[in-house]
Amino acid sequence: MITLDHVSKIFDSGGQEIRAVDDVSFEVAEGELAVLIGPSGSGKTTTMRMINRLEAVSEGTITIDGRDATAMNLVELRRNIGYVIQQGGLFPHFTVAENVSVVPRLMGWSKGKRRERAEELLQLVGLDPSIFAERYPRQLSGGQQQRVGVARALAADAPIILMDEPFGAVDPITRNQLQRWLRRIQAEVHKTIVFVTHDINEAFLLGDRIVLMNDGAIEQNGHPADLLRHPASDFVREFIGEEFALQALEHTFIAELAKPNSHEVSSDAVVLPGTLSVPAASRELTHTDNTDDDGFWVSNDDGEPSGYVTYREFATVLGEGIVSDAEADDDGEEELSDAIPAQ
Amino acid sequence: MQYLLNNPGRVLELTWDHIQLVGIAIIVATLIGVPLGILISKVRWLAPPVLNITGILYTVPSLAFFAILIPYTGLGLTTATTALSVYSLLAIVRNTSAGMDEVPRATIDAARGMGMTGVQRLRFVELPLALPYILAGLRIATVAAISIGAIAAIVGAGGLGRLIFDGMRTLDTNKIVAGALACIGLALAADFGLSRLALLLRPDMRASAGRG
Repeated sequence: MITLDHVSKIFDSGGQEIRAVDDVSFEVAEGELAVLIGPSGSGKTTTMRMINRLEAVSEGTITIDGRDATAMNLVELRRNIGYVIQQGGLFPHFTVAENVSVVPRLMGWSKGKRRERAEELLQLVGLDPSIFAERYPRQLSGGQQQRVGVARALAADAPIILMDEPFGAVDPITRNQLQRWLRRIQAEVHKTIVFVTHDINEAFLLGDRIVLMNDGAIEQNGHPADLLRHPASDFVREFIGEEFALQALEHTFIAELAKPNSHEVSSDAVVLPGTLSVPAASRELTHTDNTDDDGFWVSNDDGEPSGYVTYREFATVLGEGIVSDAEADDDGEEELSDAIPAQ
Repeated sequence: MQYLLNNPGRVLELTWDHIQLVGIAIIVATLIGVPLGILISKVRWLAPPVLNITGILYTVPSLAFFAILIPYTGLGLTTATTALSVYSLLAIVRNTSAGMDEVPRATIDAARGMGMTGVQRLRFVELPLALPYILAGLRIATVAAISIGAIAAIVGAGGLGRLIFDGMRTLDTNKIVAGALACIGLALAADFGLSRLALLLRPDMRASAGRG
């Protein structure tokens, strides 16, 4: 578990104090994937970088499993936290296997054990070791590099992983594949993950928790559905509304999501017309006060409530958005690249 | 050409002397220049003075440099290698610091993030990535040192310069040509050798950049 307690990051800019991160507190439970999201300059990356002390904490404390991170040995701390950045931050002069084995090597594992672990991890991230182990990063596609970056972060079995816009530099289709892939991997490895992004779709798709930041402070911290149902401020409302460029979902109507529900429709329940598109419904919901914590009703052509959509399902659909189109050829990337010999 | 064919043993002997002269100078310059280049890439304010001083030293005419050194280091190899080392510094220091500067910020971040110490970062990441630049500096320095090294014969350092100076004194064009050709051959060989070394030490640069 990671706990940030009244954490601030203060830069000195020509005698002027700039609070890049201002009094931020939140918790990431074990096995939880928390997304730090916000516009650029919101302090999300700085906040994440304070966890592995790439940035020093100015005020407040960060504890990891109850231990004060600032009091821990720096090398020790970082070895227990996997770190993934854009394009994986792979070392170009190391082969894929060597890249994955960096931390085990620093920790003094034997060559055989390193090799074994590298192969195991490449399997896990869906790259055939017999094909990829001896390749260099520049012989890989962007998506493959990203997978190697994740494999490297998992190498020494660190319980925590920090991911700094890991999928920011790949094309949209590959990004969607990687997001789905990460969800599958996470279901298998159950790491405690802090994931920084500025992509609200990504946040809804991946996050167990979303911490929305603006101007160095937290605007809202909660379950993805909470942000939709109870946006804490106009900023949250706007950020979700404006950033949510879900063109694909403009053509998905909530009637398609609604499931039969035997519950009685209470008098104050929210009922939305089934002809609303998903984004339109999400805009509607952010302006509606709903006493029902689980979901909302969808009405048929006659205006009668005929189906029910849970907030959880709704949030997942919002998050998946464009992704669903790419589902059919999810693993197309590897097949394509395997067909093209590197040398 | 005639001289070269008639006295291959003598030319070879002088070439070997020349290699030693330049070799020692380049090794000394590397041992000083690479750490200095690393230092100025880490301690930024040191860069302008260091680069200026090595730059000014580089502009001192070699003949004058030898003359200035003689009172301190006498006639012979020491004077020659000292001067050649000093000349080599500029290219080595400048290329080393340029190579260090070229290491991507993100790569260094990744290295820090996975808990590498400063020394480990230097050894596993920064130096290997700066290596092509450092070797390019060595190539420039070595080729220059081979040609300047010919002048070192004037202070009794031996080497191929002796053939050239002998030829000048006795108006023997053959000797001059032999000395010059041997110098050119040596420079080309060193240049080629160092470029191969770069590929040997960085096998990834040989790998074709296919899309995997």
